[in-house]
Amino acid sequence: MPKLKVSLLTGRTVDQGVGKEHGKLSEEYQESVAICHMDPEDIKSLGIRENKNVRIITNFGSVVVRLVKSPTAPHPKVVFIPYGPWASLVMNPKTHGTGMPSLKGIPAEIEPALEERVPSMLNLLEEHYKRE
Amino acid sequence: MPVVSQVTCPVCGSFCDDIEVVVKNNIITDVRNACAVGAAKFLDYTNHRSVKPLVRKNDELVEASLDEAIRKSAEILIDATYPILYGWSSTSCEAIRVGLELAEEVGGVIDNTTTICHGPSILSIQDVGIASCTLGQLRHRADLIFYWGCNPWSSHPRHVERYTTFSNGRFQKSAWRAHVSRLGGILSRKRLRRAINLVLRRDVFATSEISRELPYAMFQKKRKMVVVDVRKTHSADGADYFLQVEPNKDYELLQAFRMLIADEELDIDRVAGVPVETLDEIADVMIGCELGVIFFGQGLTMTEGKLRNVDAALSLVRDLNQRTKFLIMPMRGHFNVTGADIVFTWQTGYPFAVDFSQGYPQYNPGETSVIDILCRDETDAALVVASDPVAHFPKKAAQNLVKNPLIVIDPQTTPTSLMADVVFPSTFVGIETEGTAYRMDHVPLPLKKVVEPPSNCLPDVEILQRILHEVRRLRSKRK
Repeated sequence: MPKLKVSLLTGRTVDQGVGKEHGKLSEEYQESVAICHMDPEDIKSLGIRENKNVRIITNFGSVVVRLVKSPTAPHPKVVFIPYGPWASLVMNPKTHGTGMPSLKGIPAEIEPALEERVPSMLNLLEEHYKRE
Repeated sequence: MPVVSQVTCPVCGSFCDDIEVVVKNNIITDVRNACAVGAAKFLDYTNHRSVKPLVRKNDELVEASLDEAIRKSAEILIDATYPILYGWSSTSCEAIRVGLELAEEVGGVIDNTTTICHGPSILSIQDVGIASCTLGQLRHRADLIFYWGCNPWSSHPRHVERYTTFSNGRFQKSAWRAHVSRLGGILSRKRLRRAINLVLRRDVFATSEISRELPYAMFQKKRKMVVVDVRKTHSADGADYFLQVEPNKDYELLQAFRMLIADEELDIDRVAGVPVETLDEIADVMIGCELGVIFFGQGLTMTEGKLRNVDAALSLVRDLNQRTKFLIMPMRGHFNVTGADIVFTWQTGYPFAVDFSQGYPQYNPGETSVIDILCRDETDAALVVASDPVAHFPKKAAQNLVKNPLIVIDPQTTPTSLMADVVFPSTFVGIETEGTAYRMDHVPLPLKKVVEPPSNCLPDVEILQRILHEVRRLRSKRK
């Protein structure tokens, strides 16, 4: 299966801002944050199409999100995920003595995950944050 | 229909104060002047709100009386040896003041969302100092505006319109018309390109290279906007020039500018992927401006180098002031994150990450900051106010947060409130409750009450006061 090495960014989008005001448990919120923006050329090199699912893997975890063609391309090998619980699963918690984790420029790998589903908010909480 | 005017928008650090809210029978029916996010906040705030206190029993959140929730919260905080009190940036300064009193009372660590946005900027400002001003000054006078590592189009949608390039100042005119004509040109080129591609059945213009040449507009005596980022954002579309930097190379770029401004030679061809000739031209534009400003975001604070990137940006502005007038300002995210820093500072001496475990305030980000404490798994309880760390903290930190007793004060149901042991439904500050908040340029503005809250929802400040009172009562009883 093709894999691509990328630099992972997180950040705000207008849709994420509007989605969170609709409610963190709303479908609009999930639609706006459980996605990743990717350069169209990189999508081609993965051999898949827009709106298919991909798995993003970093040293700190992995997550399945929906692939979206970046509205701000070209930015080869740079992948963007809006802030949210999906992005948080692959973030670097190291603060290097500053208190601030590294939420941008994280080395990551991305691969097609056509058979996998994007976890819903409740599934994600159940799977990753359930108390023992 | 009654219209409430001059309402401040409780969303982002721009803290727009020209919002008009139309209210009918205590329901907000329309919002004017707000951006998409602000409008969604005012119109949809009742979605997914919780209205009754909840307490976890047998692994399930069940409705409880306010008194029971207060007592349970006070017991959690008293029984904890090292509780954290986190959030604070989306509530009023009045609530933050009570939160600090509570942190001191229970000997906990109190931290606000600065820790996960501009914490490194604060550390740099403490090291280097900052040449800054209010946004009004920039609206009227700034003729060269840099947005570095930030995307106001998405995070502060009205910032450009209200305070910088598209605002009509006394001495600087809006660049809106030029932007519209440029946008028209871009759209025409896109249409032409699409038509040619359709005829030839292939993308004859496809290229991953971005033109580095400075456009004529950059050399004109008028208001100019430059965006520096690792990818071309929507903000970059509105800029006169977009400077694309390689990921994690902002420090090199800033230091290169410092050398060029000091008229020193760079004996390499490119810095951070940008040809030195281009940097030289931009440095000339910087020196030639009347009043320049750099707004910087988390593209500097969250990437490799963190506070050192901000050190370089602050130093660049200091150097530029030897040649012209230049200022710098962090793009603060939440509407009252600046207020949180200010209240923390006038109460404890420190702006965030304040540890009261020794009985007096201690400040050492990296040690007393909430992400580090959680990652080291040192805390044994938490109080979260108006924030959603489960959604936004790295996984390891969030896992260690939710495995301990957790109290949440928030008007909305969030991933954090779903994992909590006690949930207080509070009122929305700036919609249902008055208060004070600080804009990103440290200007305090009032938060208005435009509708009545549900009868059983209390403001954050009142819930915190009641928890504080209960903590003191239980403590004296136990003694």
